[in-house]
Amino acid sequence: MRRVVITGAGTINALGHSVPETLEAMREGRCGIGELDFRDVDRLSIRIGGQVRGFEAEGRFNRQQMSLYDRFTQFTLTAAREAIEQSGIEFTGEEANRSGVVLGTAGGGVSTWDENYRSVYEEGKNRVHPFVVPKLMNNAAAAHVSMEWNLRGPSFTVSTACASSNHAMAQAFAMVRSGMAPAMITGGSESMLCFGGIKAWEGLRVMSKDACRPFSANRNGMVQGEGAGIFVFEEMEHAKARGAEILAEVAGFAMSSDAADIVMPSKQGAARAMAGALRDAGIDRAEVGYINAHGTGTAANDKTECAAVADVFGPHADRLMISSTKSMHGHLIGGTGAVELLACIMALRDGVIAPTIGYEEPDPECALDVVPNVAREAKVEVAMSNAFAFGGMNAVLVLRRV
Amino acid sequence: MNVQDKVIAIIAEQAVLEPSDVSPGSTLEDLGIDSLGLVESIFAIEEAFDIQVPFNANDPQAGDFDISSVAAIVAGIERLIAEKTA
Repeated sequence: MRRVVITGAGTINALGHSVPETLEAMREGRCGIGELDFRDVDRLSIRIGGQVRGFEAEGRFNRQQMSLYDRFTQFTLTAAREAIEQSGIEFTGEEANRSGVVLGTAGGGVSTWDENYRSVYEEGKNRVHPFVVPKLMNNAAAAHVSMEWNLRGPSFTVSTACASSNHAMAQAFAMVRSGMAPAMITGGSESMLCFGGIKAWEGLRVMSKDACRPFSANRNGMVQGEGAGIFVFEEMEHAKARGAEILAEVAGFAMSSDAADIVMPSKQGAARAMAGALRDAGIDRAEVGYINAHGTGTAANDKTECAAVADVFGPHADRLMISSTKSMHGHLIGGTGAVELLACIMALRDGVIAPTIGYEEPDPECALDVVPNVAREAKVEVAMSNAFAFGGMNAVLVLRRV
Repeated sequence: MNVQDKVIAIIAEQAVLEPSDVSPGSTLEDLGIDSLGLVESIFAIEEAFDIQVPFNANDPQAGDFDISSVAAIVAGIERLIAEKTA
């Protein structure tokens, strides 16, 4: 089996329009969550979110592209450009034929659905733009990445709600590790911050009206974000041969299914995914210095996740650091694991642990070192990234310092 | 149908029981209604009475809305209806 490394990273989210901007915000413990700004927001009871600000599609994309790119595709292409430029990789010839793109999204072109339903139902129009379907389809973003960078190998989109991008990255990793592809573009994106997107979430009554405070006893729910995180996963010798800078090694992964409840998480399912990822990586649990938690800020997730960490890591659970960066960028749903992988890379590369901000009161059921409110310097050799989705579908990645 | 009968009908449907099996003293736990069933019941109650029930599934005990028994839920709804018409 081949070793797999990350040679490029790109993002856009509520904390910044690039990886350096995002990492700076994480180091400073800045909050990107604020008042939502879109049509009919006054009809919502949830009015906060981690919205991407100051992003103008005009100027970045031409008129033809604009008619084909939903906001989730725009985010994807913006982040993919940053990642691929950093990597310096070029896809030509036989290598291009074997390289592809696997991305995660839960909703795909949600705002395209929203705008066009509005137009036919509310405004009574009987005609929609000819590109509505290719714009809203879940694989649109992956398709445009493949076209833009000549990726002619296996490309598809994975949709497992809040674990979509971790499942996608796990798949891309497995494809490079097996030798199927020399490199894969992977990650995920989401853009559900529109009237219909938030209205649907309101119904579940798990959203906070004021802040995302993971692991804090006074937490009261999740806050949604939007954006994308995209990476270049590359076979290690391939990266070394072309002199590429290596950001981190992807050491292992595991996926599990709770097979229990459509929304309530299971400790056993989460624990099996974490333990399985360590086994796959051949890494002892005592080597893990940092976990980027799923940490949604809901009672159901946070208690279950902490109990699962305690089960998997035993006494080492009290020595490792675990934080939820959703407190800063919000929950990017299908794109969340990708943006959160940046915090793992920062821990390994820069020795900086992103904090859990908004932390106000200890919760005895979440009695771990959650790096409250302020980033911390620490040398970390191994980092883990958790994603536990509705549907009981879990995917965990393990990264190692290079 | 008065408020109590209407609420009992909604809860009975959620619990897959006959309304006669649901009494004011029943708790949701007695009736086998889990957190998702509770969220659905509250939605149905909001639709039936055209009210907004302050309820966050993260902390069902928080807020002013008491869900400890069917009678408590009925009392809470009567208060919300009175506040709406006031």
